[in-house]
Amino acid sequence: MKRVYVNEEWCLGCHLCEYYCAFANSHVNDMAKALKGKEIHPNIRIEEKGDISFAVSCRHCKDPLCVKSCISGALSIDDGVVRINRDKCVGCYTCVLVCPYGAILPSPSGVMQKCELCVENEGGMPNCVMHCPNSAIVFEER
Amino acid sequence: MPINYIFPDFEVRRDQDRCIACRACERQCANEVHRYDEDLKKMVADESKCVNCHRCVSLCPTRAIKIVKTDNAFKENANWTGTLISDIYRQAESGGMLSTSMGNPTPLPVYWDRILINASQVTNPSIDPLREPMEIRTFIGQKPDSIKRDENGRIITDTTPQLELSVPIMFSAMSYGSISYNAHESLARAATELGTFYNTGEGGLHKDFYQYGPNTIVQVASGRFGVHKKYLEAGAAIEIKMGQGAKPGIGGHLPGAKIPADVARTRMIPEGTDAISPAPHHDIYSIEDLRQLVFSLKEATDYKKPVFVKIAAVHNVAAIASGIARSGADAVVIDGFRGGTGSAPTRIRDNVGIPIELALASVDQRLRDEGIRHRLSLIVAGSVRSSADVVKAIALGADAVYIGTGALIALGCHLCRTCYTGKCNWGIATQRPELVKRLNPNVGYQRLVNLVTAWSHEMKEMMGGMGINSIEALRGNRLMLRGVGLNETELRILGIKHAGE
Amino acid sequence: MLKEGFEGNRIPSGCAVSGIFSKSGERIPGDKIIKSIAIMHERSNGLGGGFAGYGIYPEYKDIYAFHIFYNNSRAKSESESCLEENFEIASMSVMPTRPIPEITDSPIIWRYFVNPKKRSLEESQLDELEFVARFVTKVNSNIDGAYIFSSGKNMGVFKAVGYPEDVGVFYKLEEYAGYSWTAHGRYPTNTPGWWGGAHPFALLDYTIVHNGEISSYDANRRHIEMFGYKCNLLTDTEVITYIIDYLVRRVGLTLQETANVIAAPFWSTISRCSEEEKNRLTYLRNVFAGLLINGPFSIILGFNGGMMALNDRLKLRSMVVAEKGDMGYVASEESAIRIIEPDLDRIWAPEGGEPVIFTLNGGEQKCR
Repeated sequence: MKRVYVNEEWCLGCHLCEYYCAFANSHVNDMAKALKGKEIHPNIRIEEKGDISFAVSCRHCKDPLCVKSCISGALSIDDGVVRINRDKCVGCYTCVLVCPYGAILPSPSGVMQKCELCVENEGGMPNCVMHCPNSAIVFEER
Repeated sequence: MPINYIFPDFEVRRDQDRCIACRACERQCANEVHRYDEDLKKMVADESKCVNCHRCVSLCPTRAIKIVKTDNAFKENANWTGTLISDIYRQAESGGMLSTSMGNPTPLPVYWDRILINASQVTNPSIDPLREPMEIRTFIGQKPDSIKRDENGRIITDTTPQLELSVPIMFSAMSYGSISYNAHESLARAATELGTFYNTGEGGLHKDFYQYGPNTIVQVASGRFGVHKKYLEAGAAIEIKMGQGAKPGIGGHLPGAKIPADVARTRMIPEGTDAISPAPHHDIYSIEDLRQLVFSLKEATDYKKPVFVKIAAVHNVAAIASGIARSGADAVVIDGFRGGTGSAPTRIRDNVGIPIELALASVDQRLRDEGIRHRLSLIVAGSVRSSADVVKAIALGADAVYIGTGALIALGCHLCRTCYTGKCNWGIATQRPELVKRLNPNVGYQRLVNLVTAWSHEMKEMMGGMGINSIEALRGNRLMLRGVGLNETELRILGIKHAGE
Repeated sequence: MLKEGFEGNRIPSGCAVSGIFSKSGERIPGDKIIKSIAIMHERSNGLGGGFAGYGIYPEYKDIYAFHIFYNNSRAKSESESCLEENFEIASMSVMPTRPIPEITDSPIIWRYFVNPKKRSLEESQLDELEFVARFVTKVNSNIDGAYIFSSGKNMGVFKAVGYPEDVGVFYKLEEYAGYSWTAHGRYPTNTPGWWGGAHPFALLDYTIVHNGEISSYDANRRHIEMFGYKCNLLTDTEVITYIIDYLVRRVGLTLQETANVIAAPFWSTISRCSEEEKNRLTYLRNVFAGLLINGPFSIILGFNGGMMALNDRLKLRSMVVAEKGDMGYVASEESAIRIIEPDLDRIWAPEGGEPVIFTLNGGEQKCR
């Protein structure tokens, strides 16, 4: 299965992936309209210190701890993609605690949010991958 | 503080309705133009630092930024232009020479744009490159005057060393130091994949790139930086650099700031010291000395590598090229006055040397008049900007071209002409690691391959249109060219007729 | 309007070609080749026709036959004094012609049988052929109004502005007989009005009749001019003749090798050859790159003792070859062969770049 991978060697720390992620998940058709003046809550985040930076998002693990530990059945695996049903999430934060990558985060509404591989677009690949200016984020089979 | 006479050349126009304050522009600008103002809650810019490299423009996700020429103007004066006035202010303040980068931008004639290409109609069929073979393979090297046969009458097929190019386009000399590791890697890998050659420039060959040796031309210039036996042996050919189109008659200066450990090791000089190439080679004060260096290099490499001699296009270029043809060189490279540079004094770049089109035409004709054109290959450089320029160059008589600026543009260069600052936002003309990494060679090499592939498709279409299916039938075929808007002297030198004739 | 070859004027043209060759040396009368070329009347437009015959001067077989056009008597006297200075003249006379209404505006045409003076030849330090070739080049480029259009031994070129069948009648070709004939009918795209522009084009005993317009013309011209040739006519045929003369006579290539240079196989074809053949073909393409001929052509090369037919590498011009007993035939169209020999042993269309060579009495496939 194709997953999002990040090559730290080429990450520039420009944070554009965060904005493109937030835009993709806003379901608004104009980026300025979607994001202007708003605090963004992307599912991919840049970790950086000194000269090193890289993007972190859900790895869509084969045997995901988050799915195992979800007390409400909100997290599930759908064709390899770890998905979250926000209607079922009770906001217990267990998944946040068990995820070794810190890839699940609370959303402003209180329920959890995570990357669900937004590939239903023109490019057929997640928005963060499509717009990474240095091809540091890739979507591939490994 | 004294008066600041210099008004910024550009304005950073930001559409605040579009700006989402993602701050990508701020993070990506090594010149520190952009800043987020916490109080105003918006992005602001200091345009006095802007070099118009378009990094922010290209990365802005909402296309909120554009850079425009300032409309602040001096009182109109056709003689004392604003640029000249500002230059005087700068020099009055600094007492120094003006520095610049990349090729001559002044509005002197571009002869490529005054030359038009022919096509077949009726009496001669055009050839469709999608249906028929269209050959652009080119050999660089000396061609013998006569053939030899063995005792069975078979031709002995030994020649002096030749470079075989799948496409008659090579990447010009650009040193590691003037450009980045990633830029070099992109060029080396692209040359290898394309079946052509890139040139180390005068910066030595990084140990990681010896693997691309079969597609590398190693340069020997007046500073001899990075030259040793293994280096000479690593390349497919050796180029003696006598001159550069952007700065004929002067040497080079790579500031210590662009010489970190890795560059220093490759150049074999101490870290952080300025690398200064002398104006002449101090062992070449005349043509007979050049001949000795040509043969020294051939001796050192067992006569297995072709040796090129690169000169800047200057007024008596034809006579010089004729001398080089008799010096044992396998190819002469002529670099025109629009050729690029990492750094050159502005006045020299803009006022010294001649256009490559005229230099090429007169060199090719001179070598033919002397009956020695086949003794060496002719490679031209100095602003070959498109496949059409390549076709015109070959029809004027070149065997192959070097592209430098074009290749860098493919890698993202926006011709902001500030390479000498070492702060290239595109990761090309810089050694700062955080900037160098902006050029991902996996992307860069593919873009170079795409560029040359696209050009070769276009060349084949143009050749097919002329009823030519092999590049050797285009070479020197000046009847395929016509001039437009050129005077008789220009036409005579170019050896072409005027359109309509 | 500019005449062809003057002040850089170059005129493209289409054409018909035909050739007959007797491998046993049987002498074929000239009216036979007229019959062959005449059937392809539609391929010409009356603006140029000509013939080359080999073995036609047996009485002077070891002497160079110069056929010369003069525009005026000044050109004639200038040329003749030049000729007398360098050559022993065995015989000279007006070219025998028959005035016919179809052929007009004839220049003064003379024929000379000459041999280089021993002393002139020695002083030049050239071999005899090179001496003669240089003399011809010199007259043609330096003497205004004089043009040597035939200069070989025991062979001759006959050409004019007009349809080829009329040109044949004009020159009384029925009175000549030779073992080899080539013919040409021309279809230029405007009026050259000059007899020198007609085919065959000749240098020494090489003659070329050619159908096509080569797109490599200027590349070839500028390359060959490095070696002392002067392309005055700006015709494709002229440059092809010089290329063949250079490759065969001066470099010493065989006809097959010459064909591999001028109509070189594609790299893709070369890549499928044996290692030795690959090296040979690559060497020829690389070393003689400037002599690759591009664009459509079918040519018949005549020379003492042989004939070669060759098409361009893509075969963009029609050409068929046939055999009957000892006779070989080449023509743009099959009809031109069938009209003189309806019952053929074999007829085929050679591939692009594949030379067909006929030689006298099984002689070597080499010009010299």
